[in-house]
Amino acid sequence: MIPGAFEYLRPKTLSDAIAMLATHGDEARPLAGGHSLIPMMKQRLASPSHLVDLAAIADLAVLREEPDGLVIGAMVTQRALLGSALVQVKAPLLIEAAQQIADPQIRALGTLGGNVANGDPGNDMPAVMMCLDATYMVQGPKGARQIKAREFYRGAYDTALAAGEIVTAIQVPVVAGQGVAYEKLKRKVGDYAVAAAAVALTLRSGEVTSCAIGLTNVAPTPLWAKDAAALLVGTRLEADAVKKAVAAAEAITDPAADGRGPADYRRKMAGIMLARALARAQQRAA
Amino acid sequence: MNDMTPTREAREARLEGMGCKRKRVEDVRFTQGRGTYVDDIKLPAMLYGDMVRSSYAHARIRKIDTSKAEKVPGVVAVITAETLKTVNLAWMPTLAGDVQMVLADGKVLFQNQEIAFVVATSLQAAADGVELVEADYEELPVIVDPFKAMAADAPVLREDLAGKTEGAHGKRDHHNHIFKWQVGDKSLTDEAFNRAEVKIDELLSYHRTHPSPLETCQCLASFDKIKGELTLWGTFQAPHVIRTVVSLISKLPEHKIHVIAPDVGGGFGNKVGAYAGYVCAVVASIVTGRPVKWVEDRMENLSTTSFARDYHMRTEIAATRDGKVTGLRVHILADHGAFDACADPSKWPAGFSNIITGSYDFPVAHLCVDGVYTNKAPGGVAYRCSFRVTEAAYAIERGMDILAQKLGMDPAELRLKNFIRREQFPYQSALGWEYDSGDYATALNKAMAAVDYAGLRAEQKTRREAFKRGETRSIMGIGVCFFTEIVGAGPSKNCDILGLAMFDSCEIRIHPTGSAIARVGTKSTGQGHETTWAQIIASEIGIAASDIMVEEGNTDTAPYGLGTYGSRSTPVAGAAIAMAARKIRAKAQMIAAWLLEVHEDDLTFDIDRFQVKGVPERFKTMTDIAWVAYHAPPPGMEPGLEAVSYYDPPNMTYPFGAYICVMDIDVDTGVAKTRRFYALDDCGTRINPMIIEGQVHGGLTEAFAISMGQEIRYDDMGNVMGASFMDFFLPTAVETPHWETGHTVTPSPHHPIGAKGVGESPNVGGVPAFSNAVNDAFSFLGSTHIQMPHDAWRLWKAAEKLGVTG
Amino acid sequence: MAKINVTMTVNGEEVSGLAEPRTLLVHFIRETLNLTGTHIGCETSHCGACTIDLDGVSVKSCTRFAVQAEGAQIRTIEGMAEANGTLHQLQESFRQMHGLQCGYCTPGMILRAWRLLQENPHPSEDDIRQGIAGNLCRCTGYQNIVKAIQHAAATLNGETIAEAAQ
Repeated sequence: MIPGAFEYLRPKTLSDAIAMLATHGDEARPLAGGHSLIPMMKQRLASPSHLVDLAAIADLAVLREEPDGLVIGAMVTQRALLGSALVQVKAPLLIEAAQQIADPQIRALGTLGGNVANGDPGNDMPAVMMCLDATYMVQGPKGARQIKAREFYRGAYDTALAAGEIVTAIQVPVVAGQGVAYEKLKRKVGDYAVAAAAVALTLRSGEVTSCAIGLTNVAPTPLWAKDAAALLVGTRLEADAVKKAVAAAEAITDPAADGRGPADYRRKMAGIMLARALARAQQRAA
Repeated sequence: MNDMTPTREAREARLEGMGCKRKRVEDVRFTQGRGTYVDDIKLPAMLYGDMVRSSYAHARIRKIDTSKAEKVPGVVAVITAETLKTVNLAWMPTLAGDVQMVLADGKVLFQNQEIAFVVATSLQAAADGVELVEADYEELPVIVDPFKAMAADAPVLREDLAGKTEGAHGKRDHHNHIFKWQVGDKSLTDEAFNRAEVKIDELLSYHRTHPSPLETCQCLASFDKIKGELTLWGTFQAPHVIRTVVSLISKLPEHKIHVIAPDVGGGFGNKVGAYAGYVCAVVASIVTGRPVKWVEDRMENLSTTSFARDYHMRTEIAATRDGKVTGLRVHILADHGAFDACADPSKWPAGFSNIITGSYDFPVAHLCVDGVYTNKAPGGVAYRCSFRVTEAAYAIERGMDILAQKLGMDPAELRLKNFIRREQFPYQSALGWEYDSGDYATALNKAMAAVDYAGLRAEQKTRREAFKRGETRSIMGIGVCFFTEIVGAGPSKNCDILGLAMFDSCEIRIHPTGSAIARVGTKSTGQGHETTWAQIIASEIGIAASDIMVEEGNTDTAPYGLGTYGSRSTPVAGAAIAMAARKIRAKAQMIAAWLLEVHEDDLTFDIDRFQVKGVPERFKTMTDIAWVAYHAPPPGMEPGLEAVSYYDPPNMTYPFGAYICVMDIDVDTGVAKTRRFYALDDCGTRINPMIIEGQVHGGLTEAFAISMGQEIRYDDMGNVMGASFMDFFLPTAVETPHWETGHTVTPSPHHPIGAKGVGESPNVGGVPAFSNAVNDAFSFLGSTHIQMPHDAWRLWKAAEKLGVTG
Repeated sequence: MAKINVTMTVNGEEVSGLAEPRTLLVHFIRETLNLTGTHIGCETSHCGACTIDLDGVSVKSCTRFAVQAEGAQIRTIEGMAEANGTLHQLQESFRQMHGLQCGYCTPGMILRAWRLLQENPHPSEDDIRQGIAGNLCRCTGYQNIVKAIQHAAATLNGETIAEAAQ
């Protein structure tokens, strides 16, 4: 398992990185934590001619609160997220998801940007970002733009990123009093989800005033279960309401059959994870 | 010297002999990363080999084009079957009496089969070469399901066997048939079934899996053209056998082959066989005149070198209404893959699967095994078990539970009722074995007491009622398993490998200053032989274990032995070690008698010395005696103090154990959680309790993995699914249950130190314990048997079928 | 492909060597620096046998290129014992508690445990199990590894731990 040959580039600024990616076109790939790309290169499923390592670009490692929410640089690692008191307080759903990603060594190098940007439906953060209505800050040869997480994913490994563009940061809205939960069913530590559900909701006197749901690894893309969430607004999460929402969520899934189980199982598990995430989020909502 | 009088306890403790929890000698280097594994060895001008593999499971190969690969800078040679034919090595014999391709010769029969071997000056260049070798395939129909292998219109897999109606084990009934093997009295068994008051009949499948040690299979071959000598370092559980095989197939004289197994990073059966990579590395070294290293990657390991299991066992038990078993009838369909390369003693095409009567007094039994070819990787190794014993234990232990369910009896009670009783040993089983010793009821009763079995059953009853009332979505299972292993292959009267009797050996040399070196024909792959073998010698001859160096794995220095697998090291080599030590002690006694001027019979051996009977202050220690043996031996006696023993055991040993597993299963997700697991093992005399406990923990963890999800799966096209550690279930510290252990001690009556072997018991007993727990959980819902592996989706499917999912 | 000179500090010593950009860090450590205590078990970042300490975090060196480690501070198993041969407490505890068998996972396991104890000197059993979940062991079933890490933590904290491996 040896990757094909490539040239290694290590820009110090974002503009240099963008320029390098533009120069080398399709054959160049940005390198973040490497835990998706390097295994693919070893199996020669990917053979880029140039790797543009983003590690030396200080701008990509920011983590701060702004009026619109948290801004988290693309190169912030899962480990750094887990160690951040700010994230702990302002975006606890990220903590809960990051804890369930791979293992300590992979979390030490794996980045938030890599997790959301490479379009692998097995990654956990995309559904979480859709649930939280995050926005991806994107930079490319034609300049900067913003893409909503909910509009970013088009197919397996297919995203709204144009050629030469990279995600530079993720903006996560901070909502006071929100109850959140991420329920992930997996075979073992290090595995992708059989199915997972992210929930963020707010309550007023026990009644749901807002609700968002994201689903992981039960379709070629992460899913924003918009209709399922809408069914819950105005309810008190009674069993019947949850059942309807679960059915709506299951209806939009299209899971692959693999070692994690056949499609019908994984669809049902998306529903079970959702029901469990709703229950926990309800308990946590202020 | 005589005025220093340490107490007997102090002398005993200093020896660190048998029964001592001696800390391991190996750990000093392993904890510092100073072990020497094959891949750590580098030779000047060494080349790297890398394998080109088939994309298809069954295809004719029209052409292999190596020209592009040969042009890659750094690529030195590309070897194909055509190259191998020039040295008559395109095919090689298997341990099971079949032949197999080394590199694809005209067709491929399983996915990832070896096609060409690229040799280059760097790992990178070799990999680049592999990518550029092009094979032109013509796809052929694929057989994945062994039940379809013998259909009349099934495609012919082994064209090389066309017209061969006789195999290594008798008549072949079909072009994809390998053998039919029958044991026991069929007509008496059929009669018992005709008369039976109660019968069960269930197909119990034990899925295909893989031993997957953390270090893959690898070797380094270095052929010296000037001397005409080959040195082969490799991950070998049986280095001497490898040397003989290399000599037989390469025609190099055996004394010019030096096989060395250095530190080996786990074996579990994976490193018994001889693989294409080894042959290619040897040929490449001969062809290029340079050392060639071959290291398989994990995908190659999981998909090509030696699967395990894949037995489909139709199991029938006849019994009386009050629960006395009266007959056992089993038919096994054995999927051996594309070539019959099962690593069993030659005369045993289905291993010792006739241990399938288990721990029970079956008056009659009959076993029939049909081996078939499919488009899957060859292998069939004993993955941490004696040959096919875990499959047999699974069948009988599931069978007994199914019978208990049918009878409405408690499964533990049914076992107690049918055990071979202590006074029946030595016991002749209906399928031909002589069980050496056992005390089964004591062991099971002790295990049941340890977990409060009655209390668990009461809790289960309450929980089941709560489930039926809809108060919980969790069901509780209690898995009981009582296994009897058969290990220590073995007596030359019934065990050989390629004609080599399965003895084992030890050579001990005492140095003049009283320290020693012992060389043994086995090879530790993690069992800690350097520690435990010294403990046996320490107890036998009174030299401290810390003064004894144990060496294994170098065929130039170690006496010939058949290696380490099938829990044979302690039963066979352990006996050879004790016998060699006793030869030394006998000579030492003569020297001591001469020194003390008494008759030998007037001496008694006491821990580390011979002393005059009744006069303990008159003694000679082994250190005194060793010096004399080299300095001034008694007149007429040969100088020196060394001995060799080759031990051919009179019988197998029969370790046993009682395991109880308590499990909770969430029917909404199918997720099973092991709440408690208690394992009582009886391996006879216990050499090092610390190491035994470690072996049990490790074996149970493998059993947990196998029963709860670990499998090598194929799709209908013969594509091997999930040959990586993402999909192949190796539990981490998070999933692995906590293990509780216990023991009883029933020494083997025929073994010099009474030891029986333990490394594989927990795998053999663990799998049925887990599976019985799962099945027990579902039994009150009307389920009889759920096939393994019991991963979450399959348990959820089982729950769905029973109508209890949400 | 041209080789690049890579310099890093390994076990307190500055070292450099030539590497192709595609040379994996684990190969650089094993083949170029001849530090063969770091092992390769799966090559897909699942097993953790190749775990080293890199700039203060545990890293699987099979999924990192050597060139990415330019200027890095690295510790491998060869850097755990003292120069005079005294074993690090973790190494000693693994031996005392029978926390290893074939020894193949051990270097990665010890390096990982070392970083874990740097971050959390008083780990619970669950902390330890979660902390070593990126390191597979095929021999021990982890129970004695957990005990070894508990034993090391207790000893390093000056506590005595009564229970030895059976």
